[in-house]
Amino acid sequence: MAFKIIASQCTQCGACEFECPSVAIKFKGERYVIDPDKCTECKEAFDTQQCASVCPVPKTCVPA
Amino acid sequence: MSAPIISLEGLTSTTSFDQLLATAKSGGCASSTCGLSGKSGDMNPAVWEKIKDHPCFSEEAHHYFARMHVAVAPACNVQCNYCNRKYDCANESRPGVVSEKLTPDQALRKVIAVANEVPQLSVLGIAGPGDACYDWKKTKATFERVAREIPDIKLCISTNGLALPDHVAELADMNVDHVTITINMVDPEVGAKIYPWIFYDHRRYVGIEAARILHERQMLGLEMLTARGILTKINSVMIPGVNDEHLIEVNKWVKERGAFLHNVMPLISDPAHGTHFGLTGQRGPNAKQMKTLQDRLEGGVKLMRHCRQCRADAVGLLGEDRGQEFALDSIPGEVTYDPSKREAYQEVVASERRDHVAARSEAIGMVKAAGSGKSLFVAVATRGGGRVNEHFGHAKEFQVYEVSPRGISSVGHRKVEQYCLGGRCDNATLDGVIAALEGIDIVLCAKIGNCPKDQLAEAGIRATDAYGHDYIETAVSALYAAEFGIQPLAATA
Repeated sequence: MAFKIIASQCTQCGACEFECPSVAIKFKGERYVIDPDKCTECKEAFDTQQCASVCPVPKTCVPA
Repeated sequence: MSAPIISLEGLTSTTSFDQLLATAKSGGCASSTCGLSGKSGDMNPAVWEKIKDHPCFSEEAHHYFARMHVAVAPACNVQCNYCNRKYDCANESRPGVVSEKLTPDQALRKVIAVANEVPQLSVLGIAGPGDACYDWKKTKATFERVAREIPDIKLCISTNGLALPDHVAELADMNVDHVTITINMVDPEVGAKIYPWIFYDHRRYVGIEAARILHERQMLGLEMLTARGILTKINSVMIPGVNDEHLIEVNKWVKERGAFLHNVMPLISDPAHGTHFGLTGQRGPNAKQMKTLQDRLEGGVKLMRHCRQCRADAVGLLGEDRGQEFALDSIPGEVTYDPSKREAYQEVVASERRDHVAARSEAIGMVKAAGSGKSLFVAVATRGGGRVNEHFGHAKEFQVYEVSPRGISSVGHRKVEQYCLGGRCDNATLDGVIAALEGIDIVLCAKIGNCPKDQLAEAGIRATDAYGHDYIETAVSALYAAEFGIQPLAATA
């Protein structure tokens, strides 16, 4: 399981990139992308998904 | 863009002191007011040394010095109901709005390019969109790179305060001696109406709990800055019906914790901005409501009455934004800092402002000594340098001064549309200018035609260009003296 970013709504603030405990988020080309192989949905690390909790735009960082 | 506020040719083509002096007198600042007025007699010399070149912390400095903001820290840990970080428009001028986000390396290039072209540049600020303390790595990387290349530039940040306590020590280490915290409440019940959520300690908080945490962190951050001698300005957004009365309480709290300056700004709200307040019909205060509140706050932390609520990527003197001249794609890949223009300018300003300070204190002394007991509201058209030096028809704003037995104080500005553009004067625009000048007794400008002068007179506003190119304070005091039958000073300039 992993999360994904809806690029058309993303403001590219980059908060998710540095909050991600798994270093799964990178700016690639023109957008932030979550690497599904690295994403753990923050299980064992935090109670809530860090990327989705910090994202300023509703429904933009969501389960893939 | 309008013409540059200072003749750069003057600085590139000559090094003659007299010619540079003429340049400093001709321009300096497009607006004429931001921060504290003048060097007050009781100000600690160490504090004066810190603020004397910072246009946002010193009213006197902003006549001569410019700031630039770089948008390097777009991530934020607080959602505010007046902010929509998706918004980007080159024609909008308000906090949090930006046309391009920069990496620290791009920011360095831009700062060098501006420093080479804008001799008045004295301050680099990081002021959104986003939060400079939360997106800390980028803030720090930018400051370190810039300080290495331009060691004398002042570094300044603006923050919501939530992550501030984590970085006060590093701010002090990097010689950041000016910080602005946006504090809109000291009561979490009020805060819950302004902040829908915060992200703190790896989770999202909402409601009163979010506001309580934010409040506690803001107070802690302010106390830590004060303990280290870092000057702190408090920005508060006045939101009618939400925190307007409450800001009196905010002023008390921040005064107790050592804040240096309190800047109460009107909420900017429009459905087109896409903010929560904009979309739900919450509106900002009018000028009268603003002034009423500001007057009630007198006696607390000193007020900054003339903030221009500039963009997060503004460049130049307050009241004018040259940001579009320095878009990243117009800057060469390799730029080398050339300190010559800034150094030459600073030398000239040091001489010019001694003269200005003397003229101002003489003028204020005369107004106080007059003992008339009356007040006069004067609107001044200025292109900067602290002088009455803009034509009436070219003014984009008028600086408002209140002259009373207490002295001469800058009490705000009135934005207007330029009445004359390209040699044509538009009467419909003049009506708008006259409306904007409501409550003003006298308008001072460098030049005014008979037609607008007569129309102003019909509206009960007198206008004169008799004091063109004088220092504002000298002109205003002479006017006051003439008005109330006291022997005026010779207007010197």
